[in-house]
Amino acid sequence: MSEAREFKYIGQRTIRPDGYDKVTGRANYGADLSLPGMIWGKILRSPHAHANIKNIDLSKAQAHPDVLAIATYQDFPHVQSEAFQAGEVPTDIIDLARNVLADDKVLYHGHAIAAIAARSESAAQDALSLIEVEYEVLPPVMDVADAMKPEAAVLHNNMFTQGLAEPADKASNIASRMELKKGDVAAGFALADLVVERDFYTPTVHQGYIEPHATTVRFEENGQAMVWCSTQGHFDVRASTAKLLNMPLGKLKVVASEIGGGFGGKTTVYLEPVALILSRKSGKPVKMVMTRDEVFRASGPGSATRSHVKIGAMKDGTITAMQASLCFEAGAFKGSPMGPGCMTVFTPYDVENMYIEGYDVVVNKPKVAAYRAPGAPQAEFAAEMVINEIASKLGIDPIELRLRNAAKEGTQTVYGPKLKRVGLVECLEAAKNSPQYQSALKANQGRGLAAGFWFNIGGLSSVTINMNPDGSGTILEGSPDIGGSRASMQMMAAEELGIPIDQLKPLVADTEHVAYNATTGGSRTTFATGMAVIEAAQDVVRQLKERAAAVWNITAEQVDWADGVAINTTGDDRLTVAEICKDAEKTGGQIAGTGNINARGAGPSFAVHLCDVEVDPDTGKVDVIRYTAIQDAGKAIHPSYVEGQYQGGAAQGIGWALNEEYIYNKDGIMENAGFLDYRIPLASDLPMIETVIIEIPNSFHPFGVRGVGETGIVPPLAAVATAVSEAIGVVMTDLPCSPPRVLAAIHGKS
Amino acid sequence: MATVIFSSELQRYTGEEKTTVGAGTYRDVVAALLDRYQGLPADEIQKMAVAIDGEIIHDPLLETVGEDSEVHFLFRISGG
Repeated sequence: MSEAREFKYIGQRTIRPDGYDKVTGRANYGADLSLPGMIWGKILRSPHAHANIKNIDLSKAQAHPDVLAIATYQDFPHVQSEAFQAGEVPTDIIDLARNVLADDKVLYHGHAIAAIAARSESAAQDALSLIEVEYEVLPPVMDVADAMKPEAAVLHNNMFTQGLAEPADKASNIASRMELKKGDVAAGFALADLVVERDFYTPTVHQGYIEPHATTVRFEENGQAMVWCSTQGHFDVRASTAKLLNMPLGKLKVVASEIGGGFGGKTTVYLEPVALILSRKSGKPVKMVMTRDEVFRASGPGSATRSHVKIGAMKDGTITAMQASLCFEAGAFKGSPMGPGCMTVFTPYDVENMYIEGYDVVVNKPKVAAYRAPGAPQAEFAAEMVINEIASKLGIDPIELRLRNAAKEGTQTVYGPKLKRVGLVECLEAAKNSPQYQSALKANQGRGLAAGFWFNIGGLSSVTINMNPDGSGTILEGSPDIGGSRASMQMMAAEELGIPIDQLKPLVADTEHVAYNATTGGSRTTFATGMAVIEAAQDVVRQLKERAAAVWNITAEQVDWADGVAINTTGDDRLTVAEICKDAEKTGGQIAGTGNINARGAGPSFAVHLCDVEVDPDTGKVDVIRYTAIQDAGKAIHPSYVEGQYQGGAAQGIGWALNEEYIYNKDGIMENAGFLDYRIPLASDLPMIETVIIEIPNSFHPFGVRGVGETGIVPPLAAVATAVSEAIGVVMTDLPCSPPRVLAAIHGKS
Repeated sequence: MATVIFSSELQRYTGEEKTTVGAGTYRDVVAALLDRYQGLPADEIQKMAVAIDGEIIHDPLLETVGEDSEVHFLFRISGG
């Protein structure tokens, strides 16, 4: 942002354009589309966590009178190993195919094996039992530590660890290793008066989106196909599906439905390619909807991790060295968020000496997917817990300790570039001055504080603004709206055009009506698609000025633009947007503006969270009694949405810290695949999350925007666990801090 | 001359922490590095994001690298 600017619409709390449809039930989600002649698809899933498939007999299912098509891995055109970027995490196309439908091996309980399309949902479900699969059951590997042992059962005989100094000569569950370093950690630890090191564990967790995966597809006789689905990125659904089915992109149209939550979990494909195979084979439209059980067992959760963190500091609180070993579960196929975990773990700190190593490890669990700031919550949990322990042992206030070592403009990050201007110090000062930090605690209560960092990204965005003859317009964006982006786009376009926001209707267009857009994720949409909106609006303004110039018989350079009005600088003439658009047919046709960008300069953001808890010493139950989330937004386009993102991130992080975990039995079967047993926080579980918006403008964005969607889930894990630790007098290193674990810690202490 | 700083991963191929190259575009910088470090796999470096003077770019090609620029190659960042 090059200069201070007075905003008319930016920063207002406008009415959300999608609100009416959502509260009246008119909004159409993934499962809401029905087509004439539509049939239903269902998936047969593995009853074993790890097994070779010896044989699949489809004959009885094929004989079922209502079964119209069956799909197995053999129905994919031949796919070969190839790195492929579609969605959030780089993947190998062959792994994606084998995750969608297993080839000769099942790698987790619930792994898809075959799909049936039948005349009704119940018939499809019934017919699954007619498929006979012969298995050779193998021992499951369910924990990253076990998977890394030399004697562990190997999931993939052709997987050799990448990133070693010497090429691996033996198959391993460790897909890759990476390291980051700066300075000399040994020398840094030698300078320290205090060194604290601990092991930490975070469990497998689900994003907990309320809407299950759902799709309706139609494969047509001429080779054209349509996919309707709930996704964060319909262009990447198109890319993945077309790649798997060997289809030209132009033959496949993908429509993003309204989405009922994603948080990173809807950035890949599960049902869509299978449904298209069934539709192609049956000649009918096919609908598939996951049950909640399937969502838990077979969609991508967030990684479980085991970490070791060691930090040294001098008596005055100066941190001299930071070291971490981070082991991330990838699930059944390689590709955990190890990289961002390593890159974020110590980024809130300006410390000379750092060493970080990361491991990407396969286990017999579903392939992980992105989950809000993927990798950062797990990694920064471990670091922030040790930081708090150092503060406690040195007798230094945890905010003062952080202020003494805080990352700021010019800090050399361990992953590469120096930071531009960032708002961590301002967040820490706000925390220090917050009413919560000034308040007193009672017996059995504890307070935790943690900082968090996330990069935020830019990427490809395309927007078209079509103007109407009455001066109103339609904004076509290609970013599925998971967090209020339609409102933001509407406001940014209105600001740039200078017309009221209700004159602009924002829509999420399908893959045929707007150019490519990267998936909604990485907190990129308000930043990157917003920049495309601004560019499209500026394109519209340029044309409006040209048309006004034509009317006045002057040059476009002699026309000024202010508050939605063209001004003739050579006279007193004025023309409004509506007046120019009304006569557009006489001056060259109707007006449309485009913005097609690869957005750079995403501004990283920092957050600081404060959590107060009360622990029941008899039951181990933890209640969050007060919580404040403070974060740098750069510039809050719509403050209510920004606050909502802070609150949502905090709520999810609190759930991660207190209750959420995949619980597996000894055979690798998940025992809590439902919201009754997998306990996400309810509104009634939490206090009102207080929010503080810090605005340190991102110099690379015209309005100063930074992404805000993800950073808010990073600090809660350590903030909550520290608060619990303070309340019970035991450092909680393993999540979640569920009643049994807290009670065990209390009893262990005594 | 622009300064290129290598991550630990890339140092395995370059054997040094940093080097200098003539200014130009990202494409020129990569060509110079591949020419200088014969063991540096082209796909390894081309799949990485780049930060030029602190600005992270995921799909670079024609970006300008100035005489005083600092260039870092880094792991591609995604998100949720």
